Amino acid sequence: MARHRNIRNRRDSDDYDYDDVYGHSVEEDSCLSPSDTSQWIYDRSRNHHAISSFLDSHDDIQEEAEEDTAEQTRPELERRESTDIRNLALTDADEAKLLSCLDELRDILGDTVSENVLIQTVLTNKFDFAKALDEILNRNKNKDKEPEKVISKPPPVVLIESAKPVVSNIDKTPKVIAINVEPKVGVIKGFKVEQDGGSGSRPQTPRDQSPATERTIQIPSKVKEKIDPNKQYSTERGSEKDHLYIVVIGHVDAGKSTLMGRLLCELGEVSQRTLHKYEQESKKIGKQSFMYAWVLDETGEERVRGITMDVGRAQFETKTKKVIILDAPGHADFIPNMITGAGQADVALLVVDATRGEFESGFELGGQTREHALLVRSLGISQLTVAVNKLDTANWSEERFNEILNKLKLFLKQAGFKESDVTFVPCSGLTGENLVKPPTELELCKWYKGPCLLDVIDQCNVPVRPVAKPLRITINDIFKGTGTGFCVAGRIENGVLNKGDKVLVCPIKEIAEVKGISINDLSSNVAFAGDQVSVTLSGVDIQNVAVGFVLSDPVQQVPVSSRFEARLVVFNVKVPITKGYPVLIHHQSLVESANIVKLKALLNKSTGEVLKKKPRCLGNNSVAVVDIEVCRPICIERYKDVKELGRVMLRVAGVTIAAGLITDIYNT
Amino acid sequence: MKLTHRNIEKDGCGSIGLIPEESEDMWHAYNLISEGDAVTASTVRKVQTESSTGSSTSNRVRTTLTIRVETIDFDTQACVLRLKGRNIVENQYVKMGAYHTLDLEQNRKFVLQKVLWDSVALERVDTACDPSATADVAAVVMQEGLAHVCLITPSMTLVRSKIDVTIPRKRKGFVQQHEKGLNKFYDAVMQGILRHIDFSIVKCIILASPGFVKDQFFDYMMQQAVKTDNKLLIDNKGKFLLVKASSGFKHSLKEVLQEQSVMAKISDTKAASEVKLLESFYTMLQLEPAKAFYGKKHVEKANEALALETLMISDKLFRCQDVLKRKEYVALVDSARENGCDVRIFSSMHVSGEQLDQLTGIAAILRFPMPELEDSDAEDDSGTESD
Repeated sequence: MARHRNIRNRRDSDDYDYDDVYGHSVEEDSCLSPSDTSQWIYDRSRNHHAISSFLDSHDDIQEEAEEDTAEQTRPELERRESTDIRNLALTDADEAKLLSCLDELRDILGDTVSENVLIQTVLTNKFDFAKALDEILNRNKNKDKEPEKVISKPPPVVLIESAKPVVSNIDKTPKVIAINVEPKVGVIKGFKVEQDGGSGSRPQTPRDQSPATERTIQIPSKVKEKIDPNKQYSTERGSEKDHLYIVVIGHVDAGKSTLMGRLLCELGEVSQRTLHKYEQESKKIGKQSFMYAWVLDETGEERVRGITMDVGRAQFETKTKKVIILDAPGHADFIPNMITGAGQADVALLVVDATRGEFESGFELGGQTREHALLVRSLGISQLTVAVNKLDTANWSEERFNEILNKLKLFLKQAGFKESDVTFVPCSGLTGENLVKPPTELELCKWYKGPCLLDVIDQCNVPVRPVAKPLRITINDIFKGTGTGFCVAGRIENGVLNKGDKVLVCPIKEIAEVKGISINDLSSNVAFAGDQVSVTLSGVDIQNVAVGFVLSDPVQQVPVSSRFEARLVVFNVKVPITKGYPVLIHHQSLVESANIVKLKALLNKSTGEVLKKKPRCLGNNSVAVVDIEVCRPICIERYKDVKELGRVMLRVAGVTIAAGLITDIYNT
Repeated sequence: MKLTHRNIEKDGCGSIGLIPEESEDMWHAYNLISEGDAVTASTVRKVQTESSTGSSTSNRVRTTLTIRVETIDFDTQACVLRLKGRNIVENQYVKMGAYHTLDLEQNRKFVLQKVLWDSVALERVDTACDPSATADVAAVVMQEGLAHVCLITPSMTLVRSKIDVTIPRKRKGFVQQHEKGLNKFYDAVMQGILRHIDFSIVKCIILASPGFVKDQFFDYMMQQAVKTDNKLLIDNKGKFLLVKASSGFKHSLKEVLQEQSVMAKISDTKAASEVKLLESFYTMLQLEPAKAFYGKKHVEKANEALALETLMISDKLFRCQDVLKRKEYVALVDSARENGCDVRIFSSMHVSGEQLDQLTGIAAILRFPMPELEDSDAEDDSGTESD
């Protein structure tokens, strides 16, 4: 420990987590090998070639400066990464008010203002949301005026470094890189500055990185991560197309699989021979219209029954993106599978059947169109494309299209989608109209001038990948791979995974080693947040690992608990929720039975103030704070720490009754 | 359970002789016996005798002992009841005041002596000795990768085996692994059924699952039965009942028991009626919240106003260690009955009873709305806190 501190004092740049250094032996401190040096130099040059880095560099300095001023004005608040709200000694009611105000503020401000500032502002304004917002915005304005002064200041990091007497040769190479590249990287990928600080599950203090650079140089595979995950991300992925995960949802028989199958065929992802085979076989069992769906529905059961049962996946490329589609089942019985699929996606494609009567039945209460849309919204997906499918059966009537559009718009707005984030596209999966090429059908051409489905998908924004946060991978599949060990598949929610890393399998808390990583069936040495990976593990037994487990950073572990507090939004329920109500909780791919053990407070839906403490029951469309106990410990995170792991869905008897955000985790 | 004798004085004290005949009777006995009662039963005890020369020999002796019960253990899986306490009747081998643990055995008589036989206890004896109420149903709730093989008796739901297997998902080119995993899972469930379900006792076997798992499994099981020439399964094919459930977790049994086709088959079992009653309570809570209440305080107040129509109370509350508390609950039940209220004592071994337990263990549907109860919430808070 002492040596860490020693080195740390030498340099004072930002955000290296202490744990990055953990687990390196002392011997690794020796000199740098030539191959590593070349790697470093290469990295740098590669970044210089990225044109965007030049373009945006000016902005970036400003941003840095802003951060500096902010720190000067309110250093105490900004530096403490997360405040424990409980420490503020609030009453339950006040705490709930505070939380809801914070949520509102975050909705508007995003993550641009640190939480402590928010909390303080809310408190000084006595939970008045409007006032608090005003104050914060005004502050920000003032801040904006200041930057010019600060820019003239050289970046502090450099100064301190030159002042350092004891800097070895080895040290220098990485340092220079860090200074030159780091800021640019942030801009290339659109990272906001505060993202770098990372608000992991555990409060982190920004630490000196010098031990990290010095020590990790010896292990090539790990060097990258230890230096800076953001930088690594841009070097690895900067030149590639962005990965976009899109989940296809909708009522049963809306034509989800067929639409996707056809899209893949049009794009040439499916060979003619396979397609011909499917055509022949589907004809044989008298279901020729299913031939495109068979591209994604592979199991015998699915083909015979003609419905998707588990999430199918495939990929294709658009002009700017590499798109991975997750074809979710539409049948009500398979919603657990659909939730698993949607939990891995960035954006959603809602397919609705335009046939008269079919759209209505899917949209009515109990239809999957509604439930799916609510689910994906509750799972945090905000961008939605609506494919109005089978419009050929309505003779490409504009009237019908608008009818559906209006009905859905209203509903989606209620569900919480922003109007600007929802796009409607008329198309037909079976005929292939308006999928990859502009429409050729005369009837459609008359009134539709918008882009085709592929272009709409291409225009989706890829969310920011939290690569700098501690590693979290949720396991959604376990299978035997080729060779030694076994594979788990899942999505990296946070952080970076390198081949050879040690990961902690939670909640059983066993250490496993990553023997191999493959992304979309291609092996890779490194994977980043947002990727769907299958990881070959060794060191744990396949029997002990189950779906829903989390692979976590061994030092900054994911919290494991069986009891937590959540803020629930209750949907339409037939019977009210009371204390002791048994539910199934869906948390990522995990499904576990749980009980609502305490109803803490009923909140006002819009203002978030407490209407009633300890209510007897929760009725339709209410918002409440409750305690939930799961029958065995699971890996969860608070919503404000890791969004993806902080969401839960509650289902009873095949119906989703509520969605919740985890606000607190109890130690059990 | 067989009643051998019943000797109860006017003031409520007295003794009852009982012979448990099946495992469920142990559950009744568990609910009957409380701390402080005296139990007489035959048991085996290791006795050490010291001869005049000082050498000691120990041998096992079967003898009849009477103990004052101090602790009660019930193993729900094996249905064994274990009573620990001090010897209170002079015995040839065992000194007064010596500790002994009685294992109540099936088909062996025991005599239970209580200071006070209250109405709830007597009712329990009656239901336990009612021979008509034996209708066993087996249920298998399953989903891909998870199954519970359960036995539903009038007063208990026993999870006989839980099968939790991870099945690889379908993925491009690896469909076989998924199908292999599925077959392995089905095989495990089938073994569970064969091992834990006695086809000569159960009236029907409910297979419940979301989607097509139940159909697939049933097909698989019958194919296997034909393949291995399993007469037992083939002969009992008609006993299987395929029902929809939303998941493979235990509490989806509730849905299963509400299913029309199941209700028709097992309408006489307590389990189904309890589920129905609890459901109606929840419906009332939704439609007319002022007519449905839970928690002791609320229910007591409603009782004072003679407002109770149906009272649901978990038998767990009567097992509580605190004699006074039990008395309170018994008094509540008695007065509610007097007022013409339908009192149902839920078995905490059923899924519905489990849910009621979580819901403070006591709930009631009222005859007329009492909105004033709702308003008096503030002071009630501490009362409903059971955890």
